[in-house]
Amino acid sequence: MKIHEYQAKEILAKHGVPVPRGGVAATPKEARDIASQLGGKVVIKAQVYAGGRGKAGGIKTAASADEAEKLAQEMIGRQLVTHQTSAQGVPVEKVLVEEAVPIERELYLGIVIDSARGLPVIMASEAGGMDIEEVAAKTPEKIIKAYIEPVAGFQPFIGKKLAYGMNLAPEQIRPATQLIGNLYQAFAEKDCSLAEINPLVVTADGRLLALDAKLNLDDNALFRHRDYAELRDPGQEDKLELEASQHNITYIRLDGDVGCMVNGAGLAMSTMDIIKLNGAEPANFLDVGGGASEEMVAKAFIILLSDPKVKAALINIFGGILRCDIVARGVIEAAKQVEVKVPLVVRMRGTNVDEGMRLLAESGLPVILAHDLQDAAEKVVAAKEGRLTI
Amino acid sequence: MSILVDENTRLLVQGITGSEGSFHTRKCIEYGTKVVAGVTPGKGGSDFDGIPVFNEVERAVKETGANVSMIFVPPAFAADAIMEAADAGIPLVVCITDGIPTQDMVTVINYLHGKATRLIGPNCPGLISPGKCKVGLMPGDIHRPGNVGVVSRSGTLTYEAVAQLTEQNIGQSTCIGVGGDPLIGTTFVDVLRLFEKDPQTKLVVLIGEIGGTAEQEAAEVMKKEMTKPIVSFVAGSTAPPGRRMGHAGAIITGSSGTVSEKIAALKAAGAAIASSPAEIGSVARKVLESQT
Repeated sequence: MKIHEYQAKEILAKHGVPVPRGGVAATPKEARDIASQLGGKVVIKAQVYAGGRGKAGGIKTAASADEAEKLAQEMIGRQLVTHQTSAQGVPVEKVLVEEAVPIERELYLGIVIDSARGLPVIMASEAGGMDIEEVAAKTPEKIIKAYIEPVAGFQPFIGKKLAYGMNLAPEQIRPATQLIGNLYQAFAEKDCSLAEINPLVVTADGRLLALDAKLNLDDNALFRHRDYAELRDPGQEDKLELEASQHNITYIRLDGDVGCMVNGAGLAMSTMDIIKLNGAEPANFLDVGGGASEEMVAKAFIILLSDPKVKAALINIFGGILRCDIVARGVIEAAKQVEVKVPLVVRMRGTNVDEGMRLLAESGLPVILAHDLQDAAEKVVAAKEGRLTI
Repeated sequence: MSILVDENTRLLVQGITGSEGSFHTRKCIEYGTKVVAGVTPGKGGSDFDGIPVFNEVERAVKETGANVSMIFVPPAFAADAIMEAADAGIPLVVCITDGIPTQDMVTVINYLHGKATRLIGPNCPGLISPGKCKVGLMPGDIHRPGNVGVVSRSGTLTYEAVAQLTEQNIGQSTCIGVGGDPLIGTTFVDVLRLFEKDPQTKLVVLIGEIGGTAEQEAAEVMKKEMTKPIVSFVAGSTAPPGRRMGHAGAIITGSSGTVSEKIAALKAAGAAIASSPAEIGSVARKVLESQT
């Protein structure tokens, strides 16, 4: 789960990681007030769930409170399109207004779980402000890594190693060690999957500051963090994706026009892949899950059909825990609630497949049946192109 | 032979009285698996379809000689359940539970260091040695005993691959889903080494997906240690970067997580690649025919 930069900074500040002075504004007037409190010279940062804001015009400097208001006016209520967003972009509802800080050096600090080692790893680099993946690929020697053993936890020597590794001045070693330790505490306590400060800056007067901050939270840890729900900003999420997630359905909207509904994530990805191999583009990823009920299947199917891009739909079910008759009932139920205007191809296998097929046949729904994965993909692409009807 | 589970498996089910636990326990028994004990704290002393239920794993092991545990405990308690099983000395623990926090799994993985317990999963469909023993969720009837080992990160995609093999009259030695989470116990590398040593297994089908570097690590081992042929499919070539495709581990975060990187590594290691998910069975057939 993603959260906004201002939320990440609030969490980090609580854990003793120094961040620039500032505040979040939902209106240009609020931005102006915060700017004047900060002395006028500020940075305005669009709060969206996407990176690449700087190049897309989502981060701007204002020399006065007047200018801060004007820039906030230009950002709030607009869609911001970055290289990480879709062509429609993401809505800017809030901006972060922060003191403009004179910067001497830009560093990188990040924590993730290394899946190969099974340990959290802290990464630091002198090459801050850049895409760390690129640094890792081109100049791996510029990244220093330290693993955290769960029993010992964070130890000062780890911070010291990373601080010296970033070639910090002698008087900065101790505050940097503390900052790294505090960042790790935030990462561990908040069940983060990523905690990243990029850039971590050394100011002209020698202080360390988290100029940007990104925390990704582990969705699986929701049950022990009541505050996750408050941190979530539904305005940043696709409406259909949000609705699906409220029904425990994993749905991700894509750019193509062949909708698909599948049970299981691996088979769902494979179904998308085979649609593409047969000359069309998938409109979505949709995993109804193993334990789906008739209602969930109906809901999932309605969500799939709600995407106006969808010109044909493919249901691909390998019944195991999920029975094919449940899927058939769900689809029939959905067809009572909404009109199915696009051709529908169904491929089912496994548990109770005969019963599922019989229900679909008796329902009178215009369903094109397919006998295997390849047949299903060919048929749905042909149906989309009008080359195949029932 | 076959690997990890067979007719000598004595299965214990942690969470046997829950709705999923009880449903799948019965399916495993139907398949022929010897289920010898269940564990549900607070229900010790009762029985489930005649199988004794215990409060603690240690006691269950002592009284029944269970040597494999299958875990259906809810995510908040599953990490604890895995460690309890390891503490009781169970050599093989199969954790089906989906949704365990990653940091809990850091604790588990490090707890298991130096212990004799092998963990499969979490967030996995389990494993089956066709005709002998099933420890997991897979529909038993799609499998046939034979000589192909199957290892995968997913559930239903594995069933799809197995069904294609069976349709081609290719039976399986053991089929294992290692799980879709970023932190798992047994990896592709571990399973490849086991299949390499298993005399029954003549070919391995490895089904990967986007995210992480498990396929690249598998490719390294194929190059250095494997003499048996490998057939591989990697799912997710149409998945956009930065989006989690259902499985917690299925997310492209850098170039190493993409299908093309993974396919390139597997190909360079000599694997025969099925470029479509519908061709896993037919590519396996071709490779088997070229062997003889």
